[in-house]
Amino acid sequence: MTYYRTLRTALRGLRRNVLRAALTTLGIVIGVGAVIAMMEIGHGSSIAVQRTIASMGANNLMILPGTAASGGVSFGAGSVMTLTPQDADVLAQNAPAVDSVAPVVRARTQVVYGNHNWVPMAIYGTTQAYLQVRNWTTLAEGEAFTEREVRNASKVCLVGATLVRELFGGDSPVGKEMRIQNVAFTVIGVLERKGANMMGTDQDDVILAPWTTIKYRVTGASLANPNQSSVTTDPNAVNTLNLLYPVTQQSLYPVPSTAEQADTPQPVRFANVDQIIAAARSAPQIPAAIQQITTLLRERHHLRPGADDDFNIRDMTEITKTMTSTTELMTTLLLCVAMISLVVGGVGIMNIMLVSVTERTREIGLRMAVGAEPGDILRQFLLEAVVLCLLGGAVGILLGRSSAYLVTSLLHWPTAASVGAMITSVAVSASVGVVFGYYPAWKASRLDPIEALRYE
Amino acid sequence: MPLITLRDLYKTYYLGEVEVQVLRGISLDIAQGELVALMGASGSGKSTLMNILGCLDHPTTGEYRLEDQEVSSLSSKARAQVRKTAIGFVFQSFNLLARTTALENVMMPLTYSADTLSTRDMQQRASALLQRVGLGDRLEHLPSQLSGGQQQRVAIARSLVNRPRLLLADEPTGNLDSRTSEEILRMFQELHQAEGISIILVTHDPVVAQHARRIIQIHDGLVVDGIGPEAPPTAAETPRGAA
Repeated sequence: MTYYRTLRTALRGLRRNVLRAALTTLGIVIGVGAVIAMMEIGHGSSIAVQRTIASMGANNLMILPGTAASGGVSFGAGSVMTLTPQDADVLAQNAPAVDSVAPVVRARTQVVYGNHNWVPMAIYGTTQAYLQVRNWTTLAEGEAFTEREVRNASKVCLVGATLVRELFGGDSPVGKEMRIQNVAFTVIGVLERKGANMMGTDQDDVILAPWTTIKYRVTGASLANPNQSSVTTDPNAVNTLNLLYPVTQQSLYPVPSTAEQADTPQPVRFANVDQIIAAARSAPQIPAAIQQITTLLRERHHLRPGADDDFNIRDMTEITKTMTSTTELMTTLLLCVAMISLVVGGVGIMNIMLVSVTERTREIGLRMAVGAEPGDILRQFLLEAVVLCLLGGAVGILLGRSSAYLVTSLLHWPTAASVGAMITSVAVSASVGVVFGYYPAWKASRLDPIEALRYE
Repeated sequence: MPLITLRDLYKTYYLGEVEVQVLRGISLDIAQGELVALMGASGSGKSTLMNILGCLDHPTTGEYRLEDQEVSSLSSKARAQVRKTAIGFVFQSFNLLARTTALENVMMPLTYSADTLSTRDMQQRASALLQRVGLGDRLEHLPSQLSGGQQQRVAIARSLVNRPRLLLADEPTGNLDSRTSEEILRMFQELHQAEGISIILVTHDPVVAQHARRIIQIHDGLVVDGIGPEAPPTAAETPRGAA
């Protein structure tokens, strides 16, 4: 007996009692529907959670210059100048796992607006890609600076929400002019509030400006001094603590006067940046991104095989781990719910199939009398169960999809269609059919035709 | 070559400790193309004998040759094979599938036996048989829409769809009134004459048995020789074992 014929016989058997078949499969319909809906809603929430965590910088990679050491004394990370803005450009173009790259020049100094002054946590000189890397592209006000403004070292900047409060007294700062170390910057935009990061640092206490402007106009001394953060220890910088604790650092050599500096210009080989910040395309691509960045930078820095890297790459392992475990937890939870509802549906199928076998004992006897082999009967009942489960699965997918759609449109929860969930639940419902249909089918095939024909 | 040869057939049931001998050494021959009535009171063993003849059951000991093939010791799967190729069944209670049209009821055995036949061929063969039993205009009727006699005719068409050599009818008129019974029995006679199918009518009713050309009486698990009502049995037809 061919499988096609068996299938037709099974379908005919089901059609003879449509209502019962529908009720039987209801368990599977609800099971699969619940699975699909849960998976889609859960998947959507999971993506939303991931996006939120990613906005905290989970995909970010920090590339810092290497370590200088002298006579066994290490000066710590970032103490040599090895990274250039061109490195950043090359990474952006040639590393496929990297989404966006921005060079960063740091400064920490006083800013003045009118009769207010403030020392922001960070003044970053960077490119417009920084916003993309940090997932910060929506601005509260104004607009970001452009590539051209970076090239021209334009005196424009974006300010964070904290600065708006502290420096501008809550008024809109766009179009106003403020001074950073006596350089006048026009505020062209306000960054969206981001709040504190995981370490409690206020991320809104920040100024973003073209890196060229910060480097050449604000921290002009950076070529002579590799560590730009030491700019703040400049005894001439505005710092009220200087009065209490005067900087005691003695310069060993006489400080060259402006005239002397003009007479003997320092040879400038390249412009360096303090760090490069990059974003991987997604969390799983972080290792690939690290690999590609390492290869590209070693090539650009002409490092021989075996030589140490002259840069360090840091990823946000902690955040990434949180993200992964959150996702895993959610998936496992959903899977448990899915399994339970499908098993319940399967037990329902077995129950009704057993009733059906008893009810159709005479039919089974007749089929055997006209020549059906036990295998034929087994296949027929098994196929009935599987067809029921598959139909239930199909209806369940529709049900699940539409309820996910309802949830999206009514509750505005994010959902995401999951093809994997559909395939899995169809496969699972078919196997539920096989597993729970097997016993009744086996029982039917073991019937003695004489007894079965005599059954009332 | 006889169609059926039985030699010293015994069937014993064990109900717990009690041993019940239902058939106690049956030997008989049935030739190709015979219309035989198997008669006996209830409890005589005629149903058991019919089950063995229909390859639904196997004897405890003894020999059963169907068309020269020893079938008494076949596995249940092989017996199913014999049933679908050589034997047709007609039951007292018709045993039609409910909520299934007459045509599909007749086609049902073909799904197990005729893998090579297309659905169209199956339908043609089934509708030809329904035509033959006089139900050509009721192909799409459900059993619940047919009278008892019509249902039994559907069942006869179904039993013929595999083109069996042997038709076993177990009290085929037991649920029918006398006029319809007569019609059905006529049909058996006609099939027997026109197609040459061997038919065994199992019955306890002498009126039904009258329609057969030969009557085999079973009593207490033994064959008590019967005489053909219309013509005396020829030497070849005489069951040797019962002499």
